[in-house]
Amino acid sequence: MPTPSRYWREIPQRYRLEAQKCKNCGVVLFPPRLICPECKSRDFEDTKLAEKGKVLTYTIIRVPPHQFVDQAPFAVGIMELDDGVKLTGQIVDCDFEDLKIGLRVKIEFRKIFEEGGSGILCYGYKFVPDM
Amino acid sequence: MRDVAVIGVGITKWGELWEKSLRDIFVETALLALDDAGIDRIESMYVGCMSSGLFVGQEHIASLLADYLGQTPVPSARVETACASGGLALRLGYMEVASGMSDVVLVGGVEKMTDVNGYEATYALGSAADQEYEGYHGITFPGLYALIARAHMEKYGTTREQMALVAVKNHKNGAKNPLAQFPFEITVDSVLNSVMVADPLRILDCSPITDGAASVIICPVEMARKMKKPVIKVIGSGHATDMIALNQRKDMTWLEATYQAGRQAYDMADKRPEDIDLLEVHDCFTIAEICVIEALGMVEKGQGGKAVEDELTYIEGKIPVNPSGGLKAKGHPVGATGVAQVIEIVKQLSGDAGERQLKDPRIGMTQNMGGSGGSTVVHIFERE
Repeated sequence: MPTPSRYWREIPQRYRLEAQKCKNCGVVLFPPRLICPECKSRDFEDTKLAEKGKVLTYTIIRVPPHQFVDQAPFAVGIMELDDGVKLTGQIVDCDFEDLKIGLRVKIEFRKIFEEGGSGILCYGYKFVPDM
Repeated sequence: MRDVAVIGVGITKWGELWEKSLRDIFVETALLALDDAGIDRIESMYVGCMSSGLFVGQEHIASLLADYLGQTPVPSARVETACASGGLALRLGYMEVASGMSDVVLVGGVEKMTDVNGYEATYALGSAADQEYEGYHGITFPGLYALIARAHMEKYGTTREQMALVAVKNHKNGAKNPLAQFPFEITVDSVLNSVMVADPLRILDCSPITDGAASVIICPVEMARKMKKPVIKVIGSGHATDMIALNQRKDMTWLEATYQAGRQAYDMADKRPEDIDLLEVHDCFTIAEICVIEALGMVEKGQGGKAVEDELTYIEGKIPVNPSGGLKAKGHPVGATGVAQVIEIVKQLSGDAGERQLKDPRIGMTQNMGGSGGSTVVHIFERE
């Protein structure tokens, strides 16, 4: 359960897809880090995630964490974006039988879950088929 | 460094132990281990425990457990690296004895998981993944291993039936382990028709929620030689990490931390995969055992599924894996699992494994893994 400050801190990534590019080796990192895991450089420039990519693997969650009970079953996958970044997210607006490895997807801004009746509405990125 | 041996083991029946608290289940096994070693005093203790805070609302169990074991003021430390906490406790205890700092050290592991409901247990286990970039999107632990399974099936042609056979094989072994949580056999059909948890993994692909503990006593090998029992030496120890989030790894089907920890342990022991007579590995999900035996070099990359289909990993096979029943049948009280693996190897190497005893094994290996593979601890043991 995110407290307001914990939630707010991640907004640049979850809402605006802010990433960083290593000035030494060129790898795009998401989320941002203080040191490049590839070349150990600490020199970065700001960039934004590519908004399109493909599904590398996926599953359908049928026994969900409690904040996601009203959404189950739902699909989650690991996507590789066109800039090489790999990230985890839900795949929505897609029938389960149409899910497949290699499916082209794009990022959309969606509600992820609600913190009960009076808590924070938590938003972020999800993936939809890129027709 | 000094050579180190295991001189006592203690483990009790695992399961849903409603009547027992965390401190009870740990102290029971620690007393059994002390009795087995024939001692009443230790110089130090390490206890693996993933999440006593989330499971029972109790931190500072290092003090609690030393206290209730009647051993204060000995130094005591709780060790945490998710589901590999028990294996890491052994490594730290090993380092303390090998360095000469202490002679007699107790290494334990404990997890009391049924004092919370299923959602809370799922949440606690989920905290071993990247909470901000995996958990936030609704992924669960079965879900993470399902992502690995799907990728492994796509890349290597691993089949749904091969994964089911891992569970069938481990239950066949577990049926001969009276301390297992689920000591009975299951069939491929029952796995393939069990409730879907996270496609393609079903409930019988998953290790259970378990209350349990395990303890061992270690000391310098010279001291162990004075006892009238087989001397089981720790001859290799390896520990490695990988990116915590599965999505950050270059190849989702490959357990790099397991490969690295295995390599360290093989180098230290001057052994190769073909020298190992049996293994206890971290089959938290059926696909995990398949990936682990590949990363430890027991089979070629991508051949882990075929290995179980060809019965190589059965007790009668060339590479027996999880004769105890594994996490699947024995149960998986996360912090205790790594220590219980050690106990099975010690029992097998000592010829003390009852109905599931292998024919005269000399060298055994344990592999204990945290999260979706972000931490791994490997040990190799040899009977003198």
